[in-house]
Amino acid sequence: MTDDTQNKPLLDVQNLTVRFAIKRGGLFGKAKYLYAVDDISFQIKRGETLAIVGESGSGKTTAALAVARLVNAYKGRVDLDDTDFLSLQDEDLRQARSKMQFIFQDPYSSLNPRIRAEKIVREPLDNLDTVPNEERQEIVDKLFEAVGLHPEQQRLFPHQFSGGQRQRIGIARALATQPDLIICDEPVSALDVAVQAQILNLLRKLQADFGLTFLFISHDLGVVQHMCDTIAVMYMGKIVEYGDRKSLFNNPLHPYTKALLSAVPSVDKKRRAETKRILIPGDPPDPLDLPKGCRFANRCPVAQDRCRSEQPNLNEVTQAHSVACHLVNETGIAPI
Amino acid sequence: MSAPPIIPTEETPKARHPMAEAWEMFRGNHAAMVALVVLTLIIITAIIGPYIYPTDPFDMVWAPFSPPGVDGFLLGTDYLGRDLMAALIHGARVSIVIGVAAAFMSVFIGVTVGALAGFYRGWVEELLMRITEFFQVLPTLLFAMVIVALFGASLPMITFAIGVVSWTAVARITRSEFLRIRELEYVTASRASGAKNGKLMFQIILPNALPPIIVQAALMVGSAILFEAGLSFLGLTDPNVVSWGQVIGSNRQYILDASYTVTIPGIAIFVTVLAISLVGDGLNDALNPKLRQR
Repeated sequence: MTDDTQNKPLLDVQNLTVRFAIKRGGLFGKAKYLYAVDDISFQIKRGETLAIVGESGSGKTTAALAVARLVNAYKGRVDLDDTDFLSLQDEDLRQARSKMQFIFQDPYSSLNPRIRAEKIVREPLDNLDTVPNEERQEIVDKLFEAVGLHPEQQRLFPHQFSGGQRQRIGIARALATQPDLIICDEPVSALDVAVQAQILNLLRKLQADFGLTFLFISHDLGVVQHMCDTIAVMYMGKIVEYGDRKSLFNNPLHPYTKALLSAVPSVDKKRRAETKRILIPGDPPDPLDLPKGCRFANRCPVAQDRCRSEQPNLNEVTQAHSVACHLVNETGIAPI
Repeated sequence: MSAPPIIPTEETPKARHPMAEAWEMFRGNHAAMVALVVLTLIIITAIIGPYIYPTDPFDMVWAPFSPPGVDGFLLGTDYLGRDLMAALIHGARVSIVIGVAAAFMSVFIGVTVGALAGFYRGWVEELLMRITEFFQVLPTLLFAMVIVALFGASLPMITFAIGVVSWTAVARITRSEFLRIRELEYVTASRASGAKNGKLMFQIILPNALPPIIVQAALMVGSAILFEAGLSFLGLTDPNVVSWGQVIGSNRQYILDASYTVTIPGIAIFVTVLAISLVGDGLNDALNPKLRQR
């Protein structure tokens, strides 16, 4: 493998924008749109994990759904291994889905209650016809073993499993077609903490064993720290900070990231004493009536006039670290 | 197996189909179970009764207005001296067949319309729901009468008429279930794993939408029987086929002199429809998980 192919990202998302029509335009009045995801770009290299973090309503899940073509993107480009994913139509799209699979947030609603576990895991194989019929059962057996479920549990129905076991079934289903990319939409947020760790370890183990690439959506920075190579912080549909794990966790630049990180509890006494909780007052702005300037300005403790009138761009501070804040200058010093 | 599973070893529960649990729930409902037994008896009567009791219900076998139990006729004779017992047994077939066939038809139309509307949304939904509303605002009995009067009072036409006027409720229920279920994650998961629209609609969403549709279908059988009785009471029925409503209709002038000629088929209709309703109610409790906690 040459350096060039190694450095080429597996997933390349450019200027992805998703909007929802809130009010239909008609004879009277203009159509009104909510921009859930507003012009975001990111890349993931093969075998790595990118996390998108942000609070509820920041657009992270919508972005993931749009990448997987489960929500229609309004603008932008998604390249998966040189396939222009957004331009695929009908049958091509259906076949291409074998390359990109999804793990859902809620293990209780993501499994069809009327279908046995084995059939749930088998479904992608049956839908996409990637392997001959005879081999499918064998693959299901292997997947059950890989995610740590008993072979005799294959005959059970979803309601007979616990939350963690259900999520394992969901993971097995996502692995069935041997996808290049797996999108994990908050895969552990519906589980209790002990089970969370099990599932995260399982995901990491599977990543190492099968060389998987993850797009990991989460609101929990503790989980992200455990999982990811690169992190994108989203706020109100925009990426405000983007960088590799080390530089983002050690040197958060955007006031929002800083505040988020200061809220992560730590067991280390010294570290706890060092970090001051940064509180961000108020609520996020109305997504239908976004401010002209920086979207975080109304809650930012250090906002200035310029922040309220001019939108910041995502600027590179170092090669591996970008931030969208007027107050971070070229030297890369955080405003707070 | 090599890698030891991470899950603590516990006894694997038996795989039980959700329907098996529903049946258990249904069995615990005494009224519904009694109704089911009654209904089964009525259906058995309808199937084998005419062979065991072959008297032709149109034959004048005895003097008119012979009261029940007298002269060897268990339920007496009507104004033409026809055996009421024979009418009841032979009529059960027609009533139940029309009831079931009309219910099937309305479920078929209703599920198709509701599924397409709920799944595709947009203009498909607009169009189909406006059509549904059109059928909803028609006075059903009148509309059925018009169909039967125009196209002739044969059994298939009566079934058709009843089916056509009563599918709207099924369409609305199906649509609302589709609207709810299509947003659930397991449907998105199926789509993400490459399921085609047809599969999504009929193999993923429909089975999960079935419980309220089954209940509605069961109740629809009862209302179709009533509908048929109403139509034949008004004389809109195949004169060569006996049905319960027709017996009531033809004897209605003598209601004061020989009330049993009207009451007996009336009770038959009442018992059948009540049994169907109770079974439908039992199904509702058994299939609706929200009520299970009650």
